[in-house]
Amino acid sequence: MRGRLGSMTQFSVTPDPTAPSPPRPPLISSDSAWGLFFLLPYIVIFVLFVAYPIGYAVWLATDLKAYARIFDDPIYWRTAWNTLIFLLVGVNLKMILALLLSGFFALPNLWIRILGAFFLLPWAVPHIPSIISIRWMLNSEWGMVNTLLFDLFRIDGPNWLTNPTYGLSSIIAVHIWKYLPFWTMILVAGRMAIPRDLYDAAAVDGATKLQRFRHVTFPQLKALFLTSTMLTTIWSLGDFNSVYLLTGGGPADRTNTLATMGIRYAFRQADFEAGIVTMVSAVPILIPLVIMLTRRLSKAGGRQA
Amino acid sequence: MTRILEKAGLILLGIVIFFWTMAPLYNMLIMSITPVNAIFAGKLWPDNPTLGNYVTVFRQENHYLTHFWRQLFNSVFIAAASMIIVLTIATLASFAVGRLRLRFAPFVNNLALTTYLIPAAFLAIPFYQVLAFYGLLDSQWGLIFAVTTFTTPYAIWVLRNYADSIPFELDEAAMVDGASRWQIFCLVYLPLIRPAMIAIGTFALLHAWNEYLYAFLILSHETRVTLTVTLGLFRSDDSAPWPLLMAVGVLYSIPPAALYFSVRKYMVTGLTSGGVKD
Repeated sequence: MRGRLGSMTQFSVTPDPTAPSPPRPPLISSDSAWGLFFLLPYIVIFVLFVAYPIGYAVWLATDLKAYARIFDDPIYWRTAWNTLIFLLVGVNLKMILALLLSGFFALPNLWIRILGAFFLLPWAVPHIPSIISIRWMLNSEWGMVNTLLFDLFRIDGPNWLTNPTYGLSSIIAVHIWKYLPFWTMILVAGRMAIPRDLYDAAAVDGATKLQRFRHVTFPQLKALFLTSTMLTTIWSLGDFNSVYLLTGGGPADRTNTLATMGIRYAFRQADFEAGIVTMVSAVPILIPLVIMLTRRLSKAGGRQA
Repeated sequence: MTRILEKAGLILLGIVIFFWTMAPLYNMLIMSITPVNAIFAGKLWPDNPTLGNYVTVFRQENHYLTHFWRQLFNSVFIAAASMIIVLTIATLASFAVGRLRLRFAPFVNNLALTTYLIPAAFLAIPFYQVLAFYGLLDSQWGLIFAVTTFTTPYAIWVLRNYADSIPFELDEAAMVDGASRWQIFCLVYLPLIRPAMIAIGTFALLHAWNEYLYAFLILSHETRVTLTVTLGLFRSDDSAPWPLLMAVGVLYSIPPAALYFSVRKYMVTGLTSGGVKD
């Protein structure tokens, strides 16, 4: 069987160019049966672990008293505000840095390629030991950051994690440390896919570096950049680890985001409805992004993302 | 002159990037070789570096770490099982939506795509309750199913996109030859999508190995938890023996880092052919 298949496939890979291309086999009804067979495991997982939990959450989220409970809680409003800052500052800073650094890492120098391999390490290493390590680095008394600040500049560094503003800034820094490498590499791949002759043509026209970026690189990267920014906005909304492992939402619950606050309501205060409703309050941001992204991704078939 | 300045600028940028990237990892490493009672000294290099912490960890000689080997095994088992299940489900499903002519293929595609876009943390609460209903709380299978649920949609997406580059003529030729759909799947499809399978397998393995939120929600008994749960348990406890726990952290970081370096080539192929996932 295998041998026969092999010779057949070779034949069809190099078809006679003069022969009319063979018609596609007709839609055989058995395809549907086979389709169900191949899809069955996925459908089971989807129904048991996606559809059912979502349905359950939607049902619990109809409990209007839970909304009243969280809207009466000043911590919730602080959390919503933090989430907005985290998204606006964290996501934009990360993506702009990624765009700039992708130019650096697209350079052909050998040392830059080696650096690029190290640069991706934060993404591959588990959250937990690395973020706990950063937590120690930021300790005001014996952490590496304040030790360095004092040794180099004779500055007494602040209490990074016991002040809400510094705490949220540190959370954003950790998030960027962890996820900047990945998005940089995605944009590097996008830059590599830009046809070389566009740059050649720009060079013939005497374009400066800045002009090449404005008129060649950015227009070519725009779609990928936009898709990536939308994707990372959604996933940053769900970034539980950067917050929970660094500050635990403290001090006094003033550095929570919706992801950690929902978990906190549900599992610390044993109020599942409040937890779910907290997550649901992100839906006005989430749903439009999911719809736009589903359209973009399914249209592009992923290749141009 | 401008060339030299440009070069100096690049090197400076490289140095900044290097320190920014490596500082937390370096800090992790030096914490793991600092004697337990010297951790509050705030040194950039410990006065008396020691590998004794690693010995203590291996011998499970501290009451924080009495189940180190057991929990390491749990992490390995959960990662391996998740990888196998994700690969099985995703290759089957991607074949169905990508290679068979199905009226409902676009529907399934969008379903998978939408699931892939939902942040896992946002489903944690109802997921937990549903697992309780299934009797899967504090069961490693509960965690394996959680990882499977959130990794499979992306896996289907990547595999299907990768498979689009395989000519349909191969399937047609095999069909003319009398091969069943199952034979096409095994003999044509699987061998050709192997690079994407390596990328996806690695992705699932890393995802399961690194998972923290679902692991600590689902698992609780100390002989069933993964090492990430143990490390997280003492996250805000400054009196815990952190040099020992950081030695565990270093050991725990080595396999994913090594795996990432060895399959880097495939990861890039997978990521660029299948959109993105962080």
